[in-house]
Amino acid sequence: MSTLSERILGAAAGEYVDRNVDRAYAHDGTGVLALEAWKKMGGDRLGKETEYYLQFDHIAPANNSTTATLQHELRDFAHRTSMHFSDIGCGICHQLMSEGVVLPGEIVVGADSHSVTPGAFGAFATGVGATDMAGIWLTGETWFRVPESVGVNLTGKLSGAAEAKDLALTYVGKLGVDGATYQALEFVGEGAHHLSIDERLVLSNLSMEAGAKAGLFYADDVTVRYLKERGHAVLPQVPEACSYLSEIDIDLADIVPLVAVPPRVDTVKPVDDLAGLSLDQVFVGTCTNGRYSDLARFARLVKGRKVAVRTIVVPASEEILKKAIRTGVLADLVEAGCTLGTPGCGPCLGYHMGVLGEGEVCLSTANRNFKNRMGVGGEIYLGSVATAAASALAGEITSPEAA
Amino acid sequence: MQGKGTAVCLPADIDTDVIIAGRYLRTRDRSIWATHVFEDLDPTLAARLKGAVIVAGRNFGCGSSREQAAIALREAGGVAVIAPSFARIFFRNAINLGLPLIESDLTCKEGSTVAFDISEGWVETEGTQHTIRPLSPRMQEILMAGGLVEYWRVHW
Repeated sequence: MSTLSERILGAAAGEYVDRNVDRAYAHDGTGVLALEAWKKMGGDRLGKETEYYLQFDHIAPANNSTTATLQHELRDFAHRTSMHFSDIGCGICHQLMSEGVVLPGEIVVGADSHSVTPGAFGAFATGVGATDMAGIWLTGETWFRVPESVGVNLTGKLSGAAEAKDLALTYVGKLGVDGATYQALEFVGEGAHHLSIDERLVLSNLSMEAGAKAGLFYADDVTVRYLKERGHAVLPQVPEACSYLSEIDIDLADIVPLVAVPPRVDTVKPVDDLAGLSLDQVFVGTCTNGRYSDLARFARLVKGRKVAVRTIVVPASEEILKKAIRTGVLADLVEAGCTLGTPGCGPCLGYHMGVLGEGEVCLSTANRNFKNRMGVGGEIYLGSVATAAASALAGEITSPEAA
Repeated sequence: MQGKGTAVCLPADIDTDVIIAGRYLRTRDRSIWATHVFEDLDPTLAARLKGAVIVAGRNFGCGSSREQAAIALREAGGVAVIAPSFARIFFRNAINLGLPLIESDLTCKEGSTVAFDISEGWVETEGTQHTIRPLSPRMQEILMAGGLVEYWRVHW
């Protein structure tokens, strides 16, 4: 009887295996060093059994000529090798892999820590660094230590203003930032079936912030329906009885809006405890909360009013941007005073546009609040989309339940 | 693989943003990473990394997958990093770049001499030898080769 990670990797927890990677992706950040390493390895063509992707999302568009030159070389490489290439404006790599690309049961490796995100589809998806990716470009395979798994048993349904983000911050708070290091999280129980794909992606995404190697959902009817709409016929994965290293139980009905206090993602407090903290910026977007449902929720909450603080909204992908244009969500955001960015990572990683100044405070829907991450001397509080909306309208941290 | 250096003590949960900040990543000039390593934690630290064995708390290297973090430590002259646990991507990155990592609960004394032998599985400081958790055979092979680039040059 196996965990989902054991089933997909085909070996028992603790074993070391070499496996072909079904899909491998990298972005404009990690791609640069990966290309250097691949050339040094003697690389001249890509592995035959793997689908390769390169997505420009970290500094999109380029902020200066150094970045532009590095991106130019990478773009040439992508065209030369015929890998799937998504240029600036297409969106965040993890989101693009989640729009009908990654399928249940696959082994997926991304050169980015949040490559755990497509685990929401019942794939074994994990992150590596640039040189590991270069090795996968060369050979199509890599080594894995099959992880032990932590069972995250979900019951009930989210209620009130609580979102998947609050649920994610709840489990990161319980586990701590290294509570699942070298391990995989498996989100199971009837509560998991009540979550949409967008919500599952949030939970899988944050598994990285507990140190996990992967964060998996079993593919179910919700997964099958989502992938069918994108042209894929897949079967649900039926969980077997299996042994977890440890288990945590969460009743979704107990989840309340939370904020992660800088500089740690596991310093989690009810929004009410921080209520009234003055803000300089609100940021809505990223591989955590930049999906259409997030933008639509934010727009619904601010529609017809004006944000009281500078608010940057960055759709996670072109598909999301286009849908937000079609449905009028984008117009509502702009009317409410929000500023829009190109689909991509936006200011999350502090490389370019939207960074914070000394002493500035941001409420962000992203997944990291490390010291100086979004700019030297800036502080990042992490919260849900509804918390971001209530806070943007008030200009200070505000509970969405109070608003 | 053997090594020796001077202990530099660091706390738990050192993230890769703190090792090398995002604002310095877009370059090919590796000396920039060596110069600015740990800048946001302690601006004097970079100068003390030459010949240093970093002895840190658990979960060293958490956060972003940026390989520049491991490169910066090596370029600044770091010999090895010892910690009770490492974030897994940093773990792979460091070994892939030939920077030895040692899983051990060693208590750090700033400035003391720390010696290690990864093949034999020990680390020694202040006259006491401690056993270490061994690297997997594959990670040892990659490390002995000098990194993953050198490993695949031979094995592919």
